[in-house]
Amino acid sequence: MADEAKSGGGLEFHPMDQFIVKPLFGEAGDAVHWYTVTNVTLWLALAILAVIGLLVLTTSKRAVVPSRGQSIAEMAYGFVYKMVEDVTGKDGLRYFPYIMTLFMFILCANFLGLIPMSFTTTSHIAVTAIMGFGVFFAVTILGFVKNGASFLSLFWVSSAPLPLRPILAVIEIISYFVRPVSHSIRLAGNMMAGHAVLKVFAGFAQVTAVAPVAILGVVAIYGLEVLVSAIQAYVFTILTCVYLKDALHPHH
Amino acid sequence: MEGDIAQMGQFIGAGLAAIGSGAAAIGVGHVAGNFLAGALRNPSAAAGQTATLFIGIAFAEALGIFAFLVALLLMFAV
Repeated sequence: MADEAKSGGGLEFHPMDQFIVKPLFGEAGDAVHWYTVTNVTLWLALAILAVIGLLVLTTSKRAVVPSRGQSIAEMAYGFVYKMVEDVTGKDGLRYFPYIMTLFMFILCANFLGLIPMSFTTTSHIAVTAIMGFGVFFAVTILGFVKNGASFLSLFWVSSAPLPLRPILAVIEIISYFVRPVSHSIRLAGNMMAGHAVLKVFAGFAQVTAVAPVAILGVVAIYGLEVLVSAIQAYVFTILTCVYLKDALHPHH
Repeated sequence: MEGDIAQMGQFIGAGLAAIGSGAAAIGVGHVAGNFLAGALRNPSAAAGQTATLFIGIAFAEALGIFAFLVALLLMFAV
């Protein structure tokens, strides 16, 4: 396994090399502690700066005729606002700031990861699991605070025939607890798989015979990845809205 | 040939787990195709259902992602 990773299976570089967490300062082989400033730290910080730049700096003047940046910020705001309103309902709008934060952060982190030689922070399960489990715990606690013990009726499908309900309850409970796992791994898996495919095609480009095809392939897949980055941010937030709706209205 | 039987098992298992991605592709295609079939019959109702489309795709895709996860675990964690 170690030999295989070192030689890259015949490629000049291994497609998974881009996901290695490295200390930003010092030697490449240094130990990574929880306080070490790594490339993940750098790109997470850049993602936050990008969100601030897009949402705060562009809207600070608040022109009646918006500039380009202000239009983008307003469109993003309106898009997420409508999504929360449509999926969660009017009473979900109280939690709009959280969902807007999630959406803008994931979108910026995904797009920053597409810059060549950059680091895709959202391709690490450690990053997405924090967000996924954060949503899970927030929504579960919110459900119990809002509904008390009647939140458990989420697992008791009252529209199903009575003999089926215990079986459905088991399935519902399992699917409820799988939610944070699938929620976080969907984002990380999509980003990781897409970037690995990019690097595999880039690896083919060094073989002269197939280089033109490989380079065209890289361009095409890069376009696809731009689409996937936006769609995965959208999917993550819309699923957050769905879970929030379950917490606010648990009755089937 | 170097390596041992366990490593061979890892690689074969990872390859088998990749079949799950194809199964997820069938599921996602089914969702999107049925959405399109319905949307072409009643285009005026389609715009309001795109959120449902993406939720359906996400749920279908989740199980394919689990297959991908199994492959990753076999390759890098076992």
